[in-house]
Amino acid sequence: MARMKFLCDADRCIECNACVTACKNENDVPWGINRRRVVTINDGKPGERSVSMACMHCTDAPCAAVCPVDCFYTTDDAVVLHSKELCIGCGYCFYACPFGAPQYPKTANFGSRGKMDKCTYCAGGPEADNTKAEYVAYGANRLAEGKLPLCAEMCSTKSLLAGDGEIIAQIYKERVAKRGYGSGAWGWKTAYKEDIAT
Amino acid sequence: MLTKRLDKTTRRSRPAPMTVSGAAPLDRRAFLRNAGITATGLAAVGTLGAATVQPAQAVTPMDFAKPFDIKKNICTHCSVGCTVTAEVQNGVWVGQEPSYDSPINRGTHCAKGAAIREIVFGDRRLKYPLKLVDGQYQRVSWKQALDEISTKMLEIREKSGPESVWWLGSAKFTNEGAYLYRKMAAFWGTNSVDHQARICHSTTVAGVANTWGYGAQTNSYNDIRNAKTMIIMGGNPAEAHPVSLQHVLTGKETNRANLIVIDPRMTRTAAHATEYVRIRSGTDIPVIYGLLWHIFENGWEDKNFIAQRVNGMDEIRAEAKKWDPKTVEDVTGVPGAQLKRVAELFAKEKPSTLIWCMGATQHTVGTANVRAYCILLLATGNVGAPGTGANIFRGHTNVQGATDLGLDVITLPLYYGLDDNAWKHWARVWEVDFEWLDSRFDKKDGPNNTKINFRTLPGIPSTRWFDAVTVPKDQIDQRDNLKAAIIFGHGGNTVPRMPEMVKGLAALELLVVADPHPTNFVSLAGRKNGTYLLPISTSLECEGSRTASNRSIQWGEKIVEPIFESANDYWAIYELAKRLGYADKMFKNIKLVKGKFGDEPEAESVLREINRGGFSTGYSGQSPERIKTHMKNQDHFDIVTLKAKADAPAEIAGEHYGLPWPCWGTPAHKHPGSPLLYNTNLHVKDGGGTFRARFGTERVIKTKQKDAAGVETEVETKQNMLAEGSYSLGSEIKDGYPEFTYAVLQKLGWDKDLTEAELATITKIGGNTPGTVSWAIDLSGGIQRVAIAHGCAPYGNSKARANAWNLPDPVPVHREPIYSPRIDLVAKYPTRPDFRSFRVLNAGFSVQKAAVDKGVAKSFPIILTSGRLVEYEGGGEETRSNKWLAELQQDMFVEIHPADAASRGIVEGGWVWVDGPENNSKVKVKALVTERVGRGVAWMPFHFGGHYQGEDQRKNYPAGTDPIVLGESVNIVTTYGFDPVTAMHEGKVTLCQIRAA
Repeated sequence: MARMKFLCDADRCIECNACVTACKNENDVPWGINRRRVVTINDGKPGERSVSMACMHCTDAPCAAVCPVDCFYTTDDAVVLHSKELCIGCGYCFYACPFGAPQYPKTANFGSRGKMDKCTYCAGGPEADNTKAEYVAYGANRLAEGKLPLCAEMCSTKSLLAGDGEIIAQIYKERVAKRGYGSGAWGWKTAYKEDIAT
Repeated sequence: MLTKRLDKTTRRSRPAPMTVSGAAPLDRRAFLRNAGITATGLAAVGTLGAATVQPAQAVTPMDFAKPFDIKKNICTHCSVGCTVTAEVQNGVWVGQEPSYDSPINRGTHCAKGAAIREIVFGDRRLKYPLKLVDGQYQRVSWKQALDEISTKMLEIREKSGPESVWWLGSAKFTNEGAYLYRKMAAFWGTNSVDHQARICHSTTVAGVANTWGYGAQTNSYNDIRNAKTMIIMGGNPAEAHPVSLQHVLTGKETNRANLIVIDPRMTRTAAHATEYVRIRSGTDIPVIYGLLWHIFENGWEDKNFIAQRVNGMDEIRAEAKKWDPKTVEDVTGVPGAQLKRVAELFAKEKPSTLIWCMGATQHTVGTANVRAYCILLLATGNVGAPGTGANIFRGHTNVQGATDLGLDVITLPLYYGLDDNAWKHWARVWEVDFEWLDSRFDKKDGPNNTKINFRTLPGIPSTRWFDAVTVPKDQIDQRDNLKAAIIFGHGGNTVPRMPEMVKGLAALELLVVADPHPTNFVSLAGRKNGTYLLPISTSLECEGSRTASNRSIQWGEKIVEPIFESANDYWAIYELAKRLGYADKMFKNIKLVKGKFGDEPEAESVLREINRGGFSTGYSGQSPERIKTHMKNQDHFDIVTLKAKADAPAEIAGEHYGLPWPCWGTPAHKHPGSPLLYNTNLHVKDGGGTFRARFGTERVIKTKQKDAAGVETEVETKQNMLAEGSYSLGSEIKDGYPEFTYAVLQKLGWDKDLTEAELATITKIGGNTPGTVSWAIDLSGGIQRVAIAHGCAPYGNSKARANAWNLPDPVPVHREPIYSPRIDLVAKYPTRPDFRSFRVLNAGFSVQKAAVDKGVAKSFPIILTSGRLVEYEGGGEETRSNKWLAELQQDMFVEIHPADAASRGIVEGGWVWVDGPENNSKVKVKALVTERVGRGVAWMPFHFGGHYQGEDQRKNYPAGTDPIVLGESVNIVTTYGFDPVTAMHEGKVTLCQIRAA
């Protein structure tokens, strides 16, 4: 099986937010929940760079390690998913996640934050593939259709890449070789315990 | 601006949907509990009970067990022309897929394109016709609305004449919609019909067309991949045209190309540049002369290109001499060494392209700016080859097409102009009586026993309409003031001086807004009666063709039936024409088909009529069948050249994607379209071309000379305007030549090549003087066919004009903005004297003088400029109503430099008042403190509306149609100033003061 990863080429990202709205569109993510977002550093200054962020579907995912109800599971494609049936909205995963991926529908000071929601790599959840039940709780399951996450597919400058880690690493390496610069595969060391040598 | 959520709450609940009664309001918590399920509030619309109201398209997931259709349309949010692929199940748009086959967007979108599905089930849409009665909106039927509107229009016509009705069309029309709307105004009897091009690229069209013949992007987005040096000046495509950056960045990477951004603001595009040049707003011409100074000084110009293909460059040389590096730095703020570096790259590391948007065009010197840009390209020989050219990025899906099809106060469709020849041409195409058309227009007595015929006079543009409503009757050059505004698909916050526009809106007897959304026009006016809102579908719910910025024409399929009670433009125009009494004439040759509400004009049939008349611009070859074939075979076109690849099916072999105009002759002639204009490296039959011979074969220069005795005489010298030694590949005439007429064909002996039928048509058109029939009015297409067969461009082979002698400033000269921060420079570089244009007074000079006299620059010390955000488009009502986009930009804001903020006690995210120098105008917005703008400069986005000088006007919208996000409009505080050629407004430089609120 493939080992699915995300790679954002920060030298190409123009902060157009297509990845954000593509995600909303495909998964009907409600107002206030952001499975994906674009973060910009040095905004308005020389050296301004943006990077599109979501759940990176980590190797040995820290969210899974801290979950008290063990609602996380990793698919054969190495996509980290969770069960909203099991989730108790405790918020531990939010603190464990190095990328700020987990989102909660409620913001009460006490009690449950509601069922956690995050990027599914457009791979749905534990329910049967591409059923209404799966869509309502988790959104689309493009992987089951043989497609990739829509955020990456629609990225305006092909900055955000999704797919098998080795293939997208190769695409990135070739790009860097051709153009002569590259700031590296952002977040890979944290998420996948590896880097791309360029 | 995206504000950090400090209070850990979602910031705003979305407004309630449009309902009549009985809909339980949907609070945020309820909404979130249903996360990912249908938006329950929408279901309430079903309680309306009217048979014509379709159930709202609540978010429905695809049912994988059932079949679905794939429909392709074109994204409506800019001119790149991204294909939108829709999955439709059971009449509902259930999913959006990447359009990998499109050679333009290759699957990708920006935030707007990736969210576009929302606007076709969005709960903020107008759902049924509304009429304002004593300040309350009442639901009415289409029939009642159209009956009452047309009765009122005819009453105004009776009382004040046809010129008192003003028509505003849309860049979101399909080509067919735009054409019908122009035709509608022509049959009504006015040229006062305009659209968004006025305020985005009217000065580009005027400047570019006056330089080398046609008013359009010369190359294409894809072709930018070939460039080795790119200058983006006055444009921020990373936000305005994000998908274009795919081509720009690929060019930058694969060619290791120079990407130079010249702008007052360090934009998101500049963040990816190899060099960023910060200039003072409104000093583009000195910057260009600053570049040319180095180019001429060092001999970097393309001497051969200039000698063969350019007239008047010596006059430019003389003007450039005045702009030495020191003067340029004083006026523009750019150091000489930096300009020298940029000049050398642009002139030497070729091919080079110049890309521009509204930073160039929206100025009192807009046309002159564009001319200066063109001249820089000409001086360095960067026109008419791959990787070069004027890559003008336009702003809407079909702003190019709507411009081409004549939604413009100075011309009939396809740039024929307004003279008798133009009207007679279209009368022949329409098969209506020329005299009848003439009778539709007002006439009045002119000086010396002449008659002034309004049929031949430019109409009132969108920047001046409210002046034409409110000025005293004797100060407008027509019978009466404007009394009615018929507005299809246009925002109400797009033109400066909004406090004055509000007065104009209030004074109208009739206001009709036909749009998917109510628009700012209705929130602003405080009107009580005489207002109708007609729900028009988006063009995604409408069949027809669209012309992208690169002149490629793409066919969009109706994705779903117009939702709710909305109708498409075709039906609404047809029904209105019926009631105004000329539908039979107007739709004489247009097929009617069964539509949602009954008979409606068929898009294909309208396009065929355009083909029959569109010879001047090469809109004659793109039949609906050919364009649809291209859409079906999108994947067979090359991504760089847009040419069909070697293995493409025979039916598109050799053709360019979307048959970019000019696509000469008739569809049967199978011209492949012209991907690059003026490209002499290709045969005309393969899409090559030359500069257009539009300005005669000779230039006559009159100069005054004194003889030895001191007697002054006028001396005439003549310069050859035809190209010298330059011609397109395979041309049988190895030199310049004039445009083709039947007489020219006879002279060359090529008239024998015409078929009998072609000759018969020419003779019929020409009557006693068939020799005068030109390539543009020959309805057989024969003259074009024969010229091309001999390797010649039908429009001739001329030089481009560095001196455009018919323009107010034939050689571009610097003129300070009306509200200049440099009052010391105003006397040396004043704006043009006051003069009358477009039926009203352009008092720019008086306003500029008053501003200097009053010391406005002292009390308003900050330069204010404006621009786009990626999430929104245009006036923004549509995109601010889209929940996926609105969430990303919830507040109107002003960018202010940290030093200016600190000295005013302004903090990031705090409320501020921005005061404008006219009308005591002010807006209350949030402060974004950033070095993106220079010291003494502020910037605001132009997409917001619904707040007015501190007041929230949400209550003024019909219930349930208010956009999710409202905000102050920048144009409340922007000010006076119009381009002398096109009446483009000054949207990019004014002065303001900012204070903490």
